[in-house]
Amino acid sequence: MFESAEVEAADSFALNTEAETLYIGLEELGDIGVRIDNSGRAIFFKTTDGEITDTKSIELSAEVTSHYQTFPNMLMLGQSDGTVILVEYSFDISYPGDVRTLTPVISYPLGKEPIEVDARGEALTQVSFYVDEEEAAISALTADGRLIYASYTLAESMLSDALVVEEDSIDSITIDYPVSRIIVEPGQQNLYVAVETGGLKQYRLRGGLDNEPTELLDGKVIAEMGMLLGGTSLIIALEDGEIQQWFQVRDENGVSNLTFIRNFEGQGARPTKIAMEKQRKGFAVADEAGNITIYYATSQNTLATFNTINEKVTHLAWSARAQNLLAMDESSTAHLFDVANVYPGVAWDVLWGEVWYEGYDEEDYIWQSSAANQDFEAKLSLMPLSFGTLKAAFYAMLIAIPISILGAMFTAQFMAPRMRQSVKPTIEIMEALPTVILGFLAGLWLAPYVENHLPGVFSFLLIMPVGILICAWFWQYVPNRNRYDGWEGLILIPVVLGLLWLSMTLSQPIENLFFDGNMQLYMSTEWGIGYDQRNSLVVGLIMGFAVIPTIFSIAEDAMFSVPQHLIRGSLALGATRWQTMMWVVLPAASPGIFSALMLGFGRAVGETMIVLMATGNTPVMDMSIFQGMRTLAANIAVEVPEAEVNSTHYRVLFLAALVLFMFTFVLNTASELIRQRLRKRYAAL
Amino acid sequence: MMRNWFRTGTPFIWLDAAAISLALIAVLGLLLLVMWRGMSHFWADPVYDMGYDGGRLIAEFIETETIPAARLPDYGRTEGTITRHLVKTGNRDILGADFRWIYDEKITSRETPADVLVLERVEWGNFYGYLKAVYEQDKLVAEGYDAHQALQERLQRVTDLREEIVRLERKEIGEINYELERLRLKQRRYELDGELTDEVQAELDAERAGFDQQYAELQKRLQALYTDIGRDSIVVTVMDGSEINMPLSKVIKAWQPNGMTFFEKLGFYFESLWSFISDDPREANTEGGIFPAIFGTVMMVLLMSVMVTPLGVIAAVYLREYAKQGPLIRVIRIAVNNLAGVPSIVYGIFGLGFFVYVVGGSIDQLFYQEGLPAPTFGTPGLMWSSLTLAILTLPVVIVATEEGLARIPRSLREGSLALGATKAETIWRVVLPMASPAIMTGLILAVARAAGEVAPLMLVGVVKLAPSLPLDGNFPFLHLERKFMHLGFHIYDVGFQSPNVEAARPLVYATAFLLVLVIVVLNLFAINLRNKLRERYRALDN
Repeated sequence: MFESAEVEAADSFALNTEAETLYIGLEELGDIGVRIDNSGRAIFFKTTDGEITDTKSIELSAEVTSHYQTFPNMLMLGQSDGTVILVEYSFDISYPGDVRTLTPVISYPLGKEPIEVDARGEALTQVSFYVDEEEAAISALTADGRLIYASYTLAESMLSDALVVEEDSIDSITIDYPVSRIIVEPGQQNLYVAVETGGLKQYRLRGGLDNEPTELLDGKVIAEMGMLLGGTSLIIALEDGEIQQWFQVRDENGVSNLTFIRNFEGQGARPTKIAMEKQRKGFAVADEAGNITIYYATSQNTLATFNTINEKVTHLAWSARAQNLLAMDESSTAHLFDVANVYPGVAWDVLWGEVWYEGYDEEDYIWQSSAANQDFEAKLSLMPLSFGTLKAAFYAMLIAIPISILGAMFTAQFMAPRMRQSVKPTIEIMEALPTVILGFLAGLWLAPYVENHLPGVFSFLLIMPVGILICAWFWQYVPNRNRYDGWEGLILIPVVLGLLWLSMTLSQPIENLFFDGNMQLYMSTEWGIGYDQRNSLVVGLIMGFAVIPTIFSIAEDAMFSVPQHLIRGSLALGATRWQTMMWVVLPAASPGIFSALMLGFGRAVGETMIVLMATGNTPVMDMSIFQGMRTLAANIAVEVPEAEVNSTHYRVLFLAALVLFMFTFVLNTASELIRQRLRKRYAAL
Repeated sequence: MMRNWFRTGTPFIWLDAAAISLALIAVLGLLLLVMWRGMSHFWADPVYDMGYDGGRLIAEFIETETIPAARLPDYGRTEGTITRHLVKTGNRDILGADFRWIYDEKITSRETPADVLVLERVEWGNFYGYLKAVYEQDKLVAEGYDAHQALQERLQRVTDLREEIVRLERKEIGEINYELERLRLKQRRYELDGELTDEVQAELDAERAGFDQQYAELQKRLQALYTDIGRDSIVVTVMDGSEINMPLSKVIKAWQPNGMTFFEKLGFYFESLWSFISDDPREANTEGGIFPAIFGTVMMVLLMSVMVTPLGVIAAVYLREYAKQGPLIRVIRIAVNNLAGVPSIVYGIFGLGFFVYVVGGSIDQLFYQEGLPAPTFGTPGLMWSSLTLAILTLPVVIVATEEGLARIPRSLREGSLALGATKAETIWRVVLPMASPAIMTGLILAVARAAGEVAPLMLVGVVKLAPSLPLDGNFPFLHLERKFMHLGFHIYDVGFQSPNVEAARPLVYATAFLLVLVIVVLNLFAINLRNKLRERYRALDN
């Protein structure tokens, strides 16, 4: 998955070019290529040998003076009479006799009639546009140095299905510098103008052109630039071959500025063409020396660099799935490359480091593997998931450690043997309870209950130890109490139940007294702590419950098998039972207890169903006890059934499983080794 | 004095004891909670006809809570506490929701009329109201007091008809569909082998025509049944006084809870319980029974046992009886114990990546080419689920069997060897029979673990609603490639993924109780067996 791309030169053949080529393209599987020249002909050819399969012509009203292409297969032609034509090509696929047959189709998304951009009829030397279902924007530079920006509304005609293009506004300013390329940002916020002598100007588009451009790039000369899929990122290739990615980032005042995000290593020669992938955030850059380099934006990967052409590349195009790359060189020879580049978006830094994603204000760890739209940038940081995993395990251990270790101490050394006989199986049953049931109770019963009795839950932490101590104090005065030695655990059940009831009853008065009757609201307004119904507290309680038996059994085992002569020796020397426990049994059994804790931790880390059901599964990185989390395990369970087999997402999920496996593997092995050593030591004693 | 008391350490021992009692309370409390919530659902609770907030409500009480008024900003006041009830009003088709919260203070009157009627319906959940009349087509059959009797009689008839329809649709038409699919695959097979001659084609076509004809006949019978079932209808009044005409074909069960005696209620309870266990689910699993889930779980566990027992026993016998105890065996032991600690979801991923796509994919390539590109075994299914769980539970069986083998006294083995038996004979005839209870213990624990495991199954074969059981009357009877339903997944799915969680909640509790019951009983059985075994060996040792 971390491999770079493999590129193989498939075919190359000469194209007969009578007129200058404006554009080349490839259909989805790379079987058919298209070349549009400035005489208005679209020539479709086989990519194996260049044999022409079809030729269509575009009706031009004047000479073509500029052109601009966008996703997926649109080309705008600017003409010498100040008008533009938008052309789109596609292929009808049919299967006569089970053979995939492609029929090219040329369509005009904005109508067949040329659209007048410049009323003065000057030639358009640069053109750029943006179009979606409802609106369109065209920007152009005229031969006499005026920058024009026009926006349009698209509507269906009342009478027919034909599209009506209504001009909303048109605005122009005169500029006094030479321009090498203009680009309208989709969404019509900004217009980027590359200055031929160096620098980039950003014009804000608020209804019209704002004649106060922001100067960027410190006068470095832009060789070529283009918008990445999704229309958010601007890829800029500098003269010296360096490639940079920029996009709009909001600053503290809420103002968006075009910001430098990351750069990619160049090949030294002046880039001539950038080709964007049509379904991912990848792109290829070709240069004067004939180098073609494949990059991936999110991962900042340089995936492949090759030079089989050795001549200036003039045109470059991807097929839709980025499996083929078609390049055309100065001498009009076309070269087709097969590209195997399946997981370009994965890199160590993407999985574990902070990445600056499109649309975010800063670098961050984010997991967001899918979204509704096609041109979405997958955010595959494993950090929030790992963090969530550890957080869930941490809170679970917080609950489980005191109960299980203290319980094990009592069971191993102080409990009456008859009671021990029934306690051990009960704990075993506890271990066997299906986690799906625990999770379901956590989500549907405990979470709402805790929400309503939050103060009670916290007061229980205080009330319980105090109550137990008071109870123990009074026990001294019970006659014949020695008869019940070792049964304290049973005697305390009603006491603990009573205390539990007490704290839950007190919950409401406490809430009324200290929190104005609504603790969650109080917390969020007074302390700024948000509250999720399904939060870490609930997970901690229930997962703690699930982990207790694991820790308990092993820790109890370790303490119980401390050799009797050690204990008797200690007692004979006059130590109390508690002193013996603390200074003899615990130290002797400590490796066993440690191994129990590790196993318990391993179980908490790998637990799936409880976390899945008891949290909101939001991949946030927040240590708050009142917030949820998303763990590696739950994430796998949720997303694997939906992930496309062998996609990057799917592979990353497998990687997450591997991380989980390694983690528990290390914990388990360590714990097992410790236990074996302990057993040997006891045997020696 | 206090100080001295603390110095003795007694208070700390009490705190230790409190920890264990807390754990015990948690376990028992949890079991009781699930049991109570799960089992109370089938009881015919009284239905109240209430005056509420200037209107009228016919509803069952579900839950009552008292909360500070500050939590309900929409309620008139913010001082003091508010008691509110969650009530089930049913009639989702009319009211839009089954449940609503009502405030205790606004209830003006509360009655339990004996003739309130509750209907369990095929769709839209329960109905609450009063029965007015029973009709057969447009003819009035009964009205007023006799109506309920007539309703029950006719309902019985409708139920019988419905069963017949289900039988026809499921079994007979299902069989025909299955045969047709088999024919299609057969034809494709011939095509792939290049043996599809006109002769074969004609034969296949003839067979197909036969099935089509059968199908048409069945369709005709079904039509007739549908006409029959649509014959009866009732008129009922709802709480706002309007009358509704309801065809009986939409009604599954009708009862008047307030008019029932205790023993009638008891009978009703067990009847409901039985239909919960034996029926198919309805309405996106939120109503009806859980039979397919029980069946799927049992099938999966059985298959898993068949796979895990030989593997586990052989491994244990090798480790204990044959292998030379050394570093290699030590590493294997650590690995086995380690395997027990690997998160179950990792097994799921392994099952998906290896079994389903690699093994299953290859099986498809080799044997089921006619079905491609639709996968047969190359997709999650029963087979891979049981195999995955077999690997997951393998350590349990190995550890238990090893323990059993270790406890068999040397004297017995030596006796057998002294009588001239070979080592293999000794193991086969003496050691294994003696260890069989230990193996059983391991197997039971494995089964209990497998029955409760959900996470890996979500990846390798469980679905929320399987169209057909993995075992049926169509050759080859056991369909290992099919997806199946599972109790644990059913709980997750209905409790968290269903559109009407509130309505489904009692069923989820009931399902959970069933699952807990099975697992607790299995575990207790295994623990008991193990304890008995230990005692027996102790006796043998002496």
